[in-house]
Amino acid sequence: MIESQQAVSPVFGRLTLEALPLHEPIVVYTFVVVALIGVAALGAVTWFRLWGYLWREWFTSVDHKKIGIMYMVLGIVMLLRGFADAIMMRLQQAMAFNGSEGYLPPEHYDQVFSAHGVIMIFFVAMPLVTGLMNYIMPLQIGARDVSFPFLNNFSFWMTAGGAVLTMLSLFIGAFARTGWLAYPPLSGIAYSPDVGVDYYIWGLQIAGVGTTLSGINLVTTIIKMRAPGMAMMRLPIFTWTALCTNVLIVATFPVLTATLALLTLDRYLGMNFFTSDFGGSPMLYVNLIWIWGHPEVYILILPVFGIYSEVASTFSGKRLFGYTSMVYATVVITILSYLVWLHHFFTMGSGASVNSFFGITTMIISIPTGAKIFNWLFTMYRGRIRFELPMMWTVAFMLTFVIGGMTGVMLAVPPADFVLHNSLFLVAHFHNVIIGGVVFGLFAGMNFWFPKAFGFRLDPFWGKFSFWFWVIGFYFAFMPLYALGLMGVTRRLRVFDDPSLQPWFVVAAFGAFLILLGILSFLVQVAVSIKNREKLRDTTGDPWNARSLEWATSSPPPDYNFAFTPVVHDVDAWWDMKQHGYTRPLAGFRPIHMPKNTGTGVFIAALSVILGFALVWYIWWLAALSFVAILAVAIGHTFDYRRSYDIPAAEIARAEEARTRLIVAGAAP
Amino acid sequence: MSMAAGARPEEIAVRTYVAEEAHPHAEGDSTSLGFWIYLMSDCLIFAMLFAAYGVLGGNYAAGPAPKDLFHLPLVAVNTTALLLSSITYGFAMVAMQEGRIGRTQLWLAVTGLFGLAFIGIELSEFADMIREGATPQRSAFLSAFFTLVGTHGLHVTAGIVWLVTLMTQVRLHGLTAANRRRLACLSMFWHFLDVVWIGVFTFVYLLGVLR
Amino acid sequence: MDHEPAHRRLRLLRNLPVAAALMALGGCNFVVLHPAGDVAARQRDLLVESTVLMLLIIVPVMVLTVLFAIRYRQSHRRADYQPDWDHSIHLELVIWGAPLLIIICIGALTWMGTHLLDPYRPLTRIAAGKPVAAEASPLEVDVVALDWKWLFLYPQYGIGSVNELAAPVDRPISFRITSPSVMNSFYIPALAGQIYAMPGMETRLHAVANAPGTFAGFSANYSGAGFSGMHFPFRAMPAADFDQWVASVRAVPDRLDRSGYLALARPSSNEPVRHYAGVDPQLFGAILNLCVEPGRMCMHEMAAIDAKGGLGLAGVDAVLPRDVAASRPRAVFGANPAYVASLCTPEDPTAGGRPASPARLDLSPPLIGFGLSLPADLSAPASLTLSPVPAAGSDS
Repeated sequence: MIESQQAVSPVFGRLTLEALPLHEPIVVYTFVVVALIGVAALGAVTWFRLWGYLWREWFTSVDHKKIGIMYMVLGIVMLLRGFADAIMMRLQQAMAFNGSEGYLPPEHYDQVFSAHGVIMIFFVAMPLVTGLMNYIMPLQIGARDVSFPFLNNFSFWMTAGGAVLTMLSLFIGAFARTGWLAYPPLSGIAYSPDVGVDYYIWGLQIAGVGTTLSGINLVTTIIKMRAPGMAMMRLPIFTWTALCTNVLIVATFPVLTATLALLTLDRYLGMNFFTSDFGGSPMLYVNLIWIWGHPEVYILILPVFGIYSEVASTFSGKRLFGYTSMVYATVVITILSYLVWLHHFFTMGSGASVNSFFGITTMIISIPTGAKIFNWLFTMYRGRIRFELPMMWTVAFMLTFVIGGMTGVMLAVPPADFVLHNSLFLVAHFHNVIIGGVVFGLFAGMNFWFPKAFGFRLDPFWGKFSFWFWVIGFYFAFMPLYALGLMGVTRRLRVFDDPSLQPWFVVAAFGAFLILLGILSFLVQVAVSIKNREKLRDTTGDPWNARSLEWATSSPPPDYNFAFTPVVHDVDAWWDMKQHGYTRPLAGFRPIHMPKNTGTGVFIAALSVILGFALVWYIWWLAALSFVAILAVAIGHTFDYRRSYDIPAAEIARAEEARTRLIVAGAAP
Repeated sequence: MSMAAGARPEEIAVRTYVAEEAHPHAEGDSTSLGFWIYLMSDCLIFAMLFAAYGVLGGNYAAGPAPKDLFHLPLVAVNTTALLLSSITYGFAMVAMQEGRIGRTQLWLAVTGLFGLAFIGIELSEFADMIREGATPQRSAFLSAFFTLVGTHGLHVTAGIVWLVTLMTQVRLHGLTAANRRRLACLSMFWHFLDVVWIGVFTFVYLLGVLR
Repeated sequence: MDHEPAHRRLRLLRNLPVAAALMALGGCNFVVLHPAGDVAARQRDLLVESTVLMLLIIVPVMVLTVLFAIRYRQSHRRADYQPDWDHSIHLELVIWGAPLLIIICIGALTWMGTHLLDPYRPLTRIAAGKPVAAEASPLEVDVVALDWKWLFLYPQYGIGSVNELAAPVDRPISFRITSPSVMNSFYIPALAGQIYAMPGMETRLHAVANAPGTFAGFSANYSGAGFSGMHFPFRAMPAADFDQWVASVRAVPDRLDRSGYLALARPSSNEPVRHYAGVDPQLFGAILNLCVEPGRMCMHEMAAIDAKGGLGLAGVDAVLPRDVAASRPRAVFGANPAYVASLCTPEDPTAGGRPASPARLDLSPPLIGFGLSLPADLSAPASLTLSPVPAAGSDS
């Protein structure tokens, strides 16, 4: 731990060949596998001459639909990395008994659990949630794109850039060994002098820029771009939750940015915000990070609540029960999520009144959340429920999430938290709400909206495999952790003394293995669906007999989303249109004004990754150079005034005619 | 899909979509709202820095306190420069509304010069403090002070870069709709920094010296 | 793809009953549910009560979910399908009211429980129906979380131990907890809930053990590479045995002074148990105030000076370089490792007046954090800051 000051070379900073973890076989194998997959993917892209297509149609695209899909791809790729970390942890904890050290040394294991948390929250859950909002929300409000299409592309690439920098730490240097929130003093330069925390800081700062800008963009879109007739109380419920989530993003991510910036100043300039010397206060960091951190979990769960609402209503064939109270519940949760942050550290010596206050505000959140559960329940009541995959995920969620909610309230009682804080009970609780809430909902959403995005449904057979493996795997993986928490076992331990605990960890590892099968089944599901896409084809644009506007257009929607902007008369706008005998307009098209693609977002994000890398490794000349380059590209971009073009009416007519043919072909037996 | 009784196709069409307009949402329609939201998020960053200063501002680590370091007359000059720059930006906006390019550019230039004066004075203040040994590392108070004031200074610097960029663009393209929109955004940004500075001046400098 | 995994799955499934049996045989110790201390038992009670209250609503919800899912599935084609039914004021009242009522109950429990079980609050009872005797004095233990081991000091006995904590049963224990480096959490599940150990801050915990035995104690907050090896046995024993234990500790030759402490504080894990027959009585105060090193200013002294407006520009240079060999890495653009020098340094201009009368020390709490109380030794003149500074300190 105590090392002499490292030499910083003017050319390479503190980057030396030793930064490559050649002495760590696990990392070397991982690198070889990742490199092979990467080379194969790049080779395939080159072989099929896809670079130009990818660049023109995807990377530089400002179309919210394509950006949404890119977010989803990013999230699923990072899920594989984050889950690999999870399996490694479960194996280590299942093995390290009876004097065995397991197979991971501390410098490796401590990185694994830190990276697992960071990646799962920032680079899996956030991209998947943002991706769905990006794709679906503009369609739901009858818009042709978001308010700031270029910014949307830029936001995506910054998020991806943060993920790239975080992934680099696996092969060049090391990641943080501080836990996912990097409390000082441990994350300070004195106790973590290597590059790990710097990778953490710059990875999150780069991704944070993207997240904040995306939040601003989507809030503005919802407020400004709604179709005529869509008053706020006629917003589809998913759009409402997207609005609340993006308000939360705008109102909390700057807190994270500022907090990490202060930690950066401590680490790079030797300032004293969070040190113990010279008047600094580590408690300040703990408060600030949780002022961001608690709303963050609501940023993840709120849109997913929206997904469940859409799914429950669609597959029960009914209007959503209690739309108004659902909206108020969402808004109340949004506001309350700011008033509970201290419950993450009841055990840091706050007074009894402060602890009770934050404990009770936390419990109050369970009231609107409970109301939501009841609303889904009564949406099912007297419905005609079709148990397609999205609905299966929703029911599994309702049964699983209430357990997580219950254990959450248990943890919110401060005296109970004193015995459960940081235990595996806590770990089980937040996986219970994040997997049982967010992940299940994301799968419901992906199965629900996949046909909209790609024009064919996902294969239900493999989807059911994925579903059952995930659900059963979840219970096997986390119920033992609840039990272990009640045995007083704390989190982040690498080795154990008490052999009687081992069977529980073995069961948990088995559960993680089932979840692995669930993830693999999902990948197979996608592959099989692509193979059988003609059989699974959705010709109508409305495969589920659904209710909101995204189903009014074709699957996949054209670039311009809607040839004519729809007029809204009801919460369930598309259902209402169907009820009133809507017929698709087939003539009278006009040119549509659309934004042009641009590569600026890719360039700035790539330069940001270089800047981050240079700062991590103290390569000052490269940092200065890339910073100047970022400024130059950004300013240069503002000199481009021709950012849009018109889709001619004839082209729209052609596209709509093709859709007509498809509908007719689909209707034929 | 059941056809509602008695409704004719044209009525249904009118009810369900907008046939006439080609531009449902004019370009730039959302810009000022979006920029406002961005400013609010930036405001939160300042709020956090103020909070850090509020918590740590009294922790001098047995070193110098505000009264030992701040020279109010200098800060008063500084504040005046920034406040005047807000007024001159206002004149630029008035000229822009009147469509007078030359005047707009002139007032923008004056604004930029005031901004530069502000930055120059701030930097010399920092240099003096560091020369006296009151470095950002010396105490948590000084860390919080340099960070809060420095972040504001960085914003003003970014504002000046933006101002120069916009002046170039106005010279190239005139007062087009896009350029007016951009000038309006920078105006909001500039006034926002003024408001933040009033907070800094009051809470950091005035209260610091009074304490 | 699933040939091999399916096979493995089957094998694992076969092993499951065995695993379950092992769990039963292993006598799984749900220590949180069956603790050996009154405080932990009352915390457990609160846990159970709030769970039962929540089950009142959770169970019906789960039952209804399954019931509705089966009853209203499409293949049943029930006649009571109501596609447009989306509102009922009565139901809305129930679905908001029922959770509200339950939260009111749990909230009331929480408010009372949090105050009664505040770890800062001295105990009033040893167990249900057994109040603390008026003349009984609690056992005082000062806890220091080091990288990565626990140091326990017993100021009433003048002894200390590393990685072993002993206490008599049925006698309240009053812990004062701190850490000189990073954050840890002091936790003995069988005894009482945990509380963090944080640098420059003191936290408190009051607890009592009701049954003799050896229980696990550890850090419940990840603190770096040696975290897994940072545990200790907590031995609760009858009073007579405890006296014997104290006597046995007093019989060892080792003593703990400041320099011994600084050597001990170097990072290490899985440390064996160590005993100290004597401990510098000012050591804990110095650790808490981060001024064990010679010539370093204590935090409470610094806070008192700051409350009076600092030392002005003259104070800028009142820093001492740290011993480079022992110091931790510094920021790349930071100053060299240093700390604020104690005012007792002879050439310091303000040192003539011998600062730190008790009144001066009491000016301001040295700690930042919610509800953190003053370190107890502030009420007594903290003469530890005034101890003569070795010559090394005056080099600056």
